[in-house]
Amino acid sequence: MATLLASATPTYSPRKKSRAGRVVVFTLLVAATLFYLAPVYVMVINGLKDKSYMTLSGMWNLPLYLNGGGFPMAWDVLNPNIWASLRMVIPATILSSLLGAVNGYLLSKWKFRGSDVIFTLILFGMFIPYQAILIPLIRTLDWVGIYGSWKGLVMVHVIYGIPITSLIFRNYFTNVPSELVEAARIDGAGLIQTFFQIMLPLSLPAFVVVGIFQFTNIWNDFLFGVTVVFNPADQPVTVALNNLNGTNSVDWTVVMAAAVLSALPTALVYIFLGRYFIRGLLAGSMKG
Amino acid sequence: MAVTSPALAHEASPATAAVRRNRFSFERILSPLLLAPSAVAIFIFVYGFIGYTFFVSLSNWRSAKPDMTIREPFGAVYGDLFGQTRFQIDLRNTVVFTLFFLLMAVLGGLGLAILLDRHIKGSGFFRSVFLFPYALSFITTGVAWSWIFNPETGVNLLINATGVNDILAAYDVGPLNPGWITNPAVVWQLNQPIAAIYPPAGEWSLKLGIPLAMIPVAIAAAWQLSGFAMAMFLAGLGTISHEVREAASLDGASDWRLYKDVIIPLLNPITVSVLIILTHVSLKIFDLVFAMSGKGPGFATDVPGIFVYEMIFRAQRYNYGAAAAIVMLVGVSIVIVPYLARQLKSL
Repeated sequence: MATLLASATPTYSPRKKSRAGRVVVFTLLVAATLFYLAPVYVMVINGLKDKSYMTLSGMWNLPLYLNGGGFPMAWDVLNPNIWASLRMVIPATILSSLLGAVNGYLLSKWKFRGSDVIFTLILFGMFIPYQAILIPLIRTLDWVGIYGSWKGLVMVHVIYGIPITSLIFRNYFTNVPSELVEAARIDGAGLIQTFFQIMLPLSLPAFVVVGIFQFTNIWNDFLFGVTVVFNPADQPVTVALNNLNGTNSVDWTVVMAAAVLSALPTALVYIFLGRYFIRGLLAGSMKG
Repeated sequence: MAVTSPALAHEASPATAAVRRNRFSFERILSPLLLAPSAVAIFIFVYGFIGYTFFVSLSNWRSAKPDMTIREPFGAVYGDLFGQTRFQIDLRNTVVFTLFFLLMAVLGGLGLAILLDRHIKGSGFFRSVFLFPYALSFITTGVAWSWIFNPETGVNLLINATGVNDILAAYDVGPLNPGWITNPAVVWQLNQPIAAIYPPAGEWSLKLGIPLAMIPVAIAAAWQLSGFAMAMFLAGLGTISHEVREAASLDGASDWRLYKDVIIPLLNPITVSVLIILTHVSLKIFDLVFAMSGKGPGFATDVPGIFVYEMIFRAQRYNYGAAAAIVMLVGVSIVIVPYLARQLKSL
């Protein structure tokens, strides 16, 4: 594209990308790609190896034949936790997205005195190290009677998801023209009707972004998973993977396969919906 | 602020305007009312809980049985905490980790963004590859990299494959076979130089230097998060107009000068955001280290996040765990609060 433009306007010569320059850039990008894919390669290749021919010195070699390697065993060990993760992540993602949509709508289109200060105070919640709230959190969950259960974990993720989901929805709704809200008002629609009739139908893209972002965040969480749920079969998959990695009795082809399995849902989301993922990530850094 | 349309006021009859005003004042209350559940939840679960944790950090609670009596003298737990060699090591490790991690993630992210800024064929593919690790959990990253930095395999096999060790053997030098995450060494120790000026430093049990095992952990973290920096920089580069670049190139600036003198300075606000966000991640780091190397040999990779976890859930020394968590929170707040305050002003 740039080179086309350059040849079309010979009177001035913008940076002509030299052939050599492009080769250098391309080579650097390929080298970086090898670095970024190396751990993925190690996990997949060694997960596929049969333990009978797996040796530490052959880590970088391809498997000799394909018979599933450590995957069947990894699935046996991990599948209760994969289901436990799904059962917890899906409701937590839906609830926190809905909550974020309402908050984002109010904080952008129905500002009131002090709402910006409240918004900022809410935002602080997404930066804190959760270690600083763990002791009272567990006592509270215990007191409510949901300590140790996946329901407790859902509640925790919904509450600590409020800052990020409110932020993304707020940024999204801020960009929706206020004239739409005005027009709805002239037609006699109130705050609630406007939300359901105007804003909600418009907010599908924001729901996709927030949903993907929260799905990834909650799936990848470890600290809440390991502290809020104690029954091993109910713990999220990140906790199970970490336990597996610390067990010497398990063959490491199984550990590698388990690492791949536990990463698969978020990896697939990223591969197929990466566009929305990037938007969530940029919105989450507040420069949305 | 709710915007009232002047055109609307003229068209409406006085009666309907009065009705609408009534509804408006009701909806003015409705907005804070609907926001209240979330706001209250955050005030309890964030601010209330932080207050509670702070209270625990001042207390005598160091067993399974809660004991909220205040420990005398006031703040004694913090004194003990900072006096502990392990916690001193954790603070040192956090500083070292943060420096290495920021250096690699920010420069790496910026470098990749600049390479991709050339709109070479396949940019989209490369961008997706570099950001991919961000979609994985810290645990997955930690597991994968713990094998790569296992001295018996992984990177060391690649070092062998280069033939470096054959050359070294020819000169009767031992092979290059780094211990990576198993290496307890702390290099560039400053204890002696400091002791020359300040003699009590000779007595410190903390080795003030660079724990080598922390470097592989920083590499793994940079692997995971440099894509985030790249995405931020790419978003920033996208806002720099073509005219700016063309003007610079008309002035005969080389590519190097264009980036150094024009583009990178224009990216400053982004760089600040990236630094703030990554620093706060670095101060909180827990899962990655926990899965990759744990405490490490001689606490070589121990960090406050692991310390808090072990104090609360293993040792049941709740007051120590709470105090260390508050120290983490203060560190994060120093970085984040000015950022949020600036954000609030721009709202």
